[in-house]
Amino acid sequence: MMKALGNFKDSFLWYSFKRDKIAIISLLVLVLLVLIAVFAPLVAPYNPYDPETIDIMNSEIPPVWDEAGEGAFLLGTDSQGRDMLSTMIYGMRVSIIIGLGAVALQAFLGVLIGLFAGYHGGRLDSFFMRAADVQLSFSYLMVAIFMSAVLQALVGVARFGDIAVPFLILVIGFSQWPQYARTVRASVLAERNKEYVEAARVAGFTSTRIILKQIFPNTLSPILVLSTIQVANAVMSEAALSFLGLGMPIDRPSLGSLINSGFEFIFSGAWWITALPGLLLVILVLSINMLGDFLRDVFNPKLYKG
Amino acid sequence: MIAFMIRRITQALIVIIIISIIGFAIKQSVGDPLRELLGISVSAEEREEFREKLGLNDPWYVQYGRFLSDATHGDLGTSMFYKRPATEVILEKAPATLELVLVSSILIIVLSVPLGVFSAIRPNSLLSRFLMGSSIVGVSIPVFLTAIMLVYIFSIKLGWLPSYGRGDVVMIGGWGTGLLTLDGWKHILMPSVALSSIMLPLFIRLIRSEMMEVLESEYIKYAWAKGLTHKRVWFIHAFKNTLLPVITVGGVQLGVTIAFTILTETVFQWQGLGFMFMEAVERSDAPLLVAYLMFVGIVMVGVNTIVDMIYGLINPTIRISGGK
Repeated sequence: MMKALGNFKDSFLWYSFKRDKIAIISLLVLVLLVLIAVFAPLVAPYNPYDPETIDIMNSEIPPVWDEAGEGAFLLGTDSQGRDMLSTMIYGMRVSIIIGLGAVALQAFLGVLIGLFAGYHGGRLDSFFMRAADVQLSFSYLMVAIFMSAVLQALVGVARFGDIAVPFLILVIGFSQWPQYARTVRASVLAERNKEYVEAARVAGFTSTRIILKQIFPNTLSPILVLSTIQVANAVMSEAALSFLGLGMPIDRPSLGSLINSGFEFIFSGAWWITALPGLLLVILVLSINMLGDFLRDVFNPKLYKG
Repeated sequence: MIAFMIRRITQALIVIIIISIIGFAIKQSVGDPLRELLGISVSAEEREEFREKLGLNDPWYVQYGRFLSDATHGDLGTSMFYKRPATEVILEKAPATLELVLVSSILIIVLSVPLGVFSAIRPNSLLSRFLMGSSIVGVSIPVFLTAIMLVYIFSIKLGWLPSYGRGDVVMIGGWGTGLLTLDGWKHILMPSVALSSIMLPLFIRLIRSEMMEVLESEYIKYAWAKGLTHKRVWFIHAFKNTLLPVITVGGVQLGVTIAFTILTETVFQWQGLGFMFMEAVERSDAPLLVAYLMFVGIVMVGVNTIVDMIYGLINPTIRISGGK
C-alpha cells in the first residue's frame, strides 16, 4: 500500500497534476460537490422529500440577496415552496448517482465487448462493430430519448416514478456502450500481437485469461480518460432526458427536472428556479470535463473521435 | 468504386430493415389500435370481428410483412391524435426542423472553419487560448440551458426577439418556409444559435487538432522547403487534408444535431419534428412515434451513406480497406 502510494508520488500523473492549476481547482470543486451530495441529509437545511416541511405559502421566494428574499431560504424557494438549496443538493445527488451508475454499466458492457471482440476478431467482432457504428450514427442521446419514450409508454407514467433511477441508469448505460467498445477494441488490436501476449499464448494460457489478466491492464489508461468524459456525458444525458420529462419525476427531482420545472416560471420573473440548478449542473459537468481534459493530455490515448 | 458503393448500400438497407423491425415492435407493444378505433362501449364479439378484419390475429411475420409493404408505399399508419396519415404530419413538420438544422449548420461552418484554422496556425495567440478555454465551457453547458438563457436575456429582459414559434411562414409548394420573411428570421435566430452552441466548440477543436496534425506532416515540410507562400501551404495544401476527417465526423454529428433539435424545439415551441415527437410521446401516439423513428432513421442512414461515398471518392484508400 505504502509502496503504491510512493509510486504514485513519483508518477508523471502526479507531477503534471501539481503543475496544473486548473486541474487542481477542478478536482477540489468536484470533491466538494460529491461530498455535499453524499452527505446531503446532513448538509441540506431541509428535506425536500418530506412534504411536512413544505409550505405552499412559501412558494417563489427569491434568493436572500434579493430585496424580497428571506433568511430562512438562502437560495429562495421553487413554485411548490421547497427550499431551493436543499432541493438542488438532493437533485445533484440523484444526478451523480445516475451518472456513475450509467457509466459503470456502459463501461462493463463496452469493455467486455471491446476486449473479446477485439481479441477474437472475425464475425463476432464485425457484428458488434457494425452495431456500434449504427448506434453511434444515431447518437447516444437519440437512442436514449427513444428508449425512454417507448419504455415510459409501456410502463405508464404513474408507475414510472418509482423505477426512474435504475431505469435511467439502464437507458443511458445501454445507449453509450459503443464509445467504450471502440476505444477498448482499438487498444486490444494494438496489444494483441505484442510479444508478451505471444508468450502467454505459448505458455498455454486460455484466451479468457490472456484477455483479462494480460491485455486488460494495458487498456486501462484510455478507459480511465474515457470514463471521466463519460460521467460528464451521462450527467448531461440524464439532465436532457429529465428536462424533456422522460427522466426523474418532479417529486424526486434531479438537476434536469428542476430546470424543467422552473422553465415556465422565468416568464413571470422567477429566474432562480431554473438558473440556480442550471448553474450547479454546469459547474458539476465543467469540473469533470476539465479533469477529463487534463487526463487526456497526460495519457494522450487514441480515443474515438465523435 | 462500384463494389464499394454496393457494399455500403447493402449495409444501409440492412440497417433500415433493423430499424423497421424495431419500429414494428414498438407499434405492436404501445397502445391498442382497437381501443383507439372503437372506444370502450363495444362488445367482445364485435371486437373479435374487428381484430380479424384488421388482421390483428395474423402471425407476427404476416403483420410485419404488411407493415413493411405499407411503409415502402409511404404509409406509416394514421396518427391517433391528428387523425391523419403519419407521413403527412411528418412531411408537414419536417421543413421547420430542416430549416433549423440548415441555419445552425451554416452558423457552425462559417464560424468553426476560420476559428479552427486560425487557432491551429497560431496556437499560442491570445484568441486561440481564449477559444480553447471557452470551448470546454461551451461543451459543458447543456443546449436547453443555453436556449433558456437566450430566452431570458433577449425575450424577457430586452424584449428584442420572440421566445416561441416560427413567425410568418410563406408556403412554397408544400414547403412552409420562415426564411423569406423578417419575422421568420427573428424567430429562427435564437433556436439556431442555441442548437449550434453545442456543436461549435466540438468542431473548432476538431478542425484545430486535425489541422495541427497535418501541419506536422512530411509533405507540408516539403511544401515549406519548396518556398511556397504561407497562404498556399495553409489553405491549399494543409486545409484540404484537414477536411477529410471533418466530413466523416460531420456526418456522425448530424445524428447528434437531430437529437438536439428535440431539446431546442421543446424550449422554443418550434413547430418541427422534435416538438411533434415530444407531443406524440405525451399522448402515447404510437403510429406517429414509429413514423418519426423511421423518418429520422432513413434520413440518418441516408446521410451517413452519402458521406461515406463522398469520402470514398475523395480518399481512394478507404475503398480498398473498407473503412478505418
